[in-house]
Amino acid sequence: MSLVTTQSAAEIRARNKELIEETLKVYPEKTAKRRAKHLNVHESGKSDCGVKSNLKSIPGVMTIRGCAYAGSKGVVWGPIKDMVHISHGPVGCGQYSWGSRRNYYVGTTGIDTFVTLQLTSDFQEKDIVFGGDKKLIKLIDEIQELFPLNNGITIQSECPIGLIGDDIEAVSRAKSNEYDGKTIVPVRCEGFRGVSQSLGHHIANDAVRDWIFDKNGPDSKPEFESTPYDVAIIGDYNIGGDAWSSRILLEEMGLRVIAQWSGDGSLAELEATPKAKLNILHCYRSMNYISRHMEEKFGIPWCEYNFFGPSKIAESLRKIASFFDDKIKEGAERVIEKYQPLVNAVIAKYRPRLQGKTVMLFVGGLRPRHVIGAYEDLGMEVIGTGYEFGHNDDYQRTAQHYVKDSTLIYDDLNGYEFERFVEKLQPDLVGSGIKEKYVFQKMGVPFRQMHSWDYSGPYHGYDGFAIFARDMDMAVNSPIWKKVKAPWKDVPKPKLLAAE
Amino acid sequence: MAQSAEHVLDHFELFRGPEYQQMLAKKKAFENPRDPAEVERVKEWTKTPEYREKNFAREALTINPAKACQPLGAVFASVGFEGTLPFVHGSQGCVAYYRSHLSRHFKEPSSCVSSSMTEDAAVFGGLNNMVDGLANSYNMYKPKMIAVSTTCMAEVIGDDLNAFIKTSKEKGAVPADFDVPFAHTPAFVGSHITGYDNALKGILEHFWDGKAGTAPKLERKPNDKVNFIGGFDGYTVGNLREIKRILELMGVEYTILADNSEVFDTPTDGEFRMYDGGTTLDEAANAVHAKGTISMQQWSTEKTLPFIADHGQDVLAFNYPMGVSATDDFLMALSLLSGKGIPEELARERGRLVDAMTDSSAHIHGKKFAIYGDPDLCYGLAAFLLELGAEPIHVLSTNGNKAWEEKTKALLAGSTFGQDCNVYPGRDLWHMRSLLFTEPVDYLIGNTYGKYLERDTGTPLIRIGFPVFDRHHHHRSPVWGYQGGMNVLVKILDKIFDEIDKKTSLLGKTDYSFDIIR
Ligand code: SF4
Ligand code: SF4
Repeated sequence: MSLVTTQSAAEIRARNKELIEETLKVYPEKTAKRRAKHLNVHESGKSDCGVKSNLKSIPGVMTIRGCAYAGSKGVVWGPIKDMVHISHGPVGCGQYSWGSRRNYYVGTTGIDTFVTLQLTSDFQEKDIVFGGDKKLIKLIDEIQELFPLNNGITIQSECPIGLIGDDIEAVSRAKSNEYDGKTIVPVRCEGFRGVSQSLGHHIANDAVRDWIFDKNGPDSKPEFESTPYDVAIIGDYNIGGDAWSSRILLEEMGLRVIAQWSGDGSLAELEATPKAKLNILHCYRSMNYISRHMEEKFGIPWCEYNFFGPSKIAESLRKIASFFDDKIKEGAERVIEKYQPLVNAVIAKYRPRLQGKTVMLFVGGLRPRHVIGAYEDLGMEVIGTGYEFGHNDDYQRTAQHYVKDSTLIYDDLNGYEFERFVEKLQPDLVGSGIKEKYVFQKMGVPFRQMHSWDYSGPYHGYDGFAIFARDMDMAVNSPIWKKVKAPWKDVPKPKLLAAE
Repeated sequence: MAQSAEHVLDHFELFRGPEYQQMLAKKKAFENPRDPAEVERVKEWTKTPEYREKNFAREALTINPAKACQPLGAVFASVGFEGTLPFVHGSQGCVAYYRSHLSRHFKEPSSCVSSSMTEDAAVFGGLNNMVDGLANSYNMYKPKMIAVSTTCMAEVIGDDLNAFIKTSKEKGAVPADFDVPFAHTPAFVGSHITGYDNALKGILEHFWDGKAGTAPKLERKPNDKVNFIGGFDGYTVGNLREIKRILELMGVEYTILADNSEVFDTPTDGEFRMYDGGTTLDEAANAVHAKGTISMQQWSTEKTLPFIADHGQDVLAFNYPMGVSATDDFLMALSLLSGKGIPEELARERGRLVDAMTDSSAHIHGKKFAIYGDPDLCYGLAAFLLELGAEPIHVLSTNGNKAWEEKTKALLAGSTFGQDCNVYPGRDLWHMRSLLFTEPVDYLIGNTYGKYLERDTGTPLIRIGFPVFDRHHHHRSPVWGYQGGMNVLVKILDKIFDEIDKKTSLLGKTDYSFDIIR
């Protein structure tokens, strides 16, 4: 059992403050000043977490962040299954992000769907020197020839594109005309733009606006009869099937999902979204832009929801239902009731095993706050959290709806800080990414990847909650953690910054 | 509802139930799906020679390449030196990718920093990022050395590493005598094996040729040692350990350059070792005095080896030696170079491998194989298959060059079993897909991405290569040396037997051949 449970809030706050001070000592002065603004101890009642965010990462600190390309190709566009996404530039970016994000989809890969293909212009020196537009033109022809059933093409720019002055917009327009108005979307998501994945999300959202919505115009007809209950799921990437275990609940309550953005999504769904009566938004960070746009332009309201853990699911189902009539409101109650036995069984089984266990999180868009409720449903406590690429509005939501007093808050955490914090706070579980996983496991700290669900999932919805609970239990209570110390070396010594 | 607390259904079971299947069927209507008959038609068409021809006529588009970019190789080589932090100058997203990629393969931490260049650095250059970055890394991670390489961004804007590092030192980012070797690693030239080569050469150059003008060049005083270079290798952990064992058995005094076998295999014992093992900096410097240098991968050391030869050493390159003859050649060359004999122990190991091959050859002989991967790996595997009486049919290397093509062709031409084989440099896995459909083989050897080919073409995949993400721990066992050959043999055999069992396990239909003894 970890240390915190025996301490008062004031003691915890003091300890966390001291920990931040201690940690900052390692930095050169200038860096310490900059990093200090990103670390804080939350005080309840405050409207945000008191940290600066969405600022440049500091060179050389081992930031955990990625780039705009990752935000666009990896997050927003990549999962659209019936379009071909070109990683435009040298081979690496597309190679490393190939198939690693687990955006599940149904389709005949390579024939009518293309998510797990790595298509790249594989730039060579001559493309850098003479420009890549010619290659891009030819490449689009080759896609048309080899993948005749593709429904569209996106061009995901890697770093060099914006530096060598290529005009991918002109190429896109020309090729679109040549292919009877085919949807071809240039995306200026070069990795050096912005400070993290985040600007990539924004750029990708804008590309949908400019190259799909604007192209079709507001009056383009959907190919189906509208109903008053049409909604679109926005910001669910169907990691391990998350969007599916969410969609099923919405449909069971009587809504009709007309589009998924973007996990298991298709171009037709993107195009039809302006016909939705309500956009429901899971990952606020990566898709609030397009939701706001649709609100302004098409008058579609949007509402955030959270499908992690039964408390938040029930709250969210009711919130979504509140936009509709009694039929849907009753539907929401019916769904909550239907799944209650499952929820009870899961909690009965796992809560006793997890009660009082502490968790530290460091993830991307929405998870640093969204999963807190699910942990709490299992009796666990989140004692530290932070965003890889959050903005102030994320920290506001976190402060106002999720974290407890004295929670340690860290923005754009780096390897050094994360290790120190975990070493000192000794959580029972750390949830973060692949780059962090093995660091903490070596230290003997149970870990779950909270981007890829550690190759498990879904975690969304009631069905997902059962898997979530099982996985957290399996991580925390694995018998292997008892074997970490060789018995002849197992002399208890206080681990607390003992090295210092 | 199918989900339950007693028996939690995972993603691969959950969605097969009727509720989800109905839901997905309804979803289809919103996807504006293609006519299933049309999908079927195109699917079949992609299997034809006609499609293959179009596929091979591609000039601009690369689909599913079997190669990565230079800095990945640079990072891989750099962490093979004691206490060394790889520092990649350029945009930060790339570094997140290299670290993830290496971690997914080795199931290990991968430490590396970026200078986090952003739009303003694109305009003004990344000097400030370098200065601040070096200072931060040095203070935070207390490295013994920082090895600098570059992403595309820094290369396109033309940042000059030598000058930047000099300035950084003048500005006090790191002490003047702190080792900061560097290598330009443009991703639009070559692949990860080129990056390995450049980084290793950069580090040796730093120590041997006067630390970028800040120290006298080392004067070579030849000794009896042998330097050993593994090259970019997914099996580096198992392989380098096996090589050390062999060198020690033979009593050869050696230095392994870029020895990352420890850092990619650290224990779980309560401590995170950001650095572990590695060639010490003294060893790296003193390696100049060695008698000679052996590289296990010619195309991972195309620049490094000539550089070493220029310093007066004998150099020798192998092509990922695997199996009996390649290991024989390697040991005999090592013996010649070092003047040490080959001990009986190794002769016995050789005998055991030959023994195993005779025991099992009936199951491999005449089987047709397709192979893809890094050029040296492909060559080594092809050579081993030929010894087994297997028939390589397609050998494909996305980062293989003309010289590789010719050398591999010569290897095949020299064997009765290589006569039907074609060699494909610069091609990708979508080309391989067409090859497997139009000229089918019995087995495919390649990395994890080969599973897409296995799914599409039904060719059973034997996972040998980099990366292997979806099977665990194979990198801990060697594929070099006679014992490594044994591991490869077993890997291949296991797949072959599993396939025979799969094909003969239909109760009452095919199971007359479901033999207990094979
Ligand atoms: S931007 Fe260049 S260096 Fe970075 S991952 Fe992509 S190809 Fe490699
Ligand atoms: S939840 Fe996170 S990991 Fe997921 S898409 Fe949003 S930003 Fe990315």
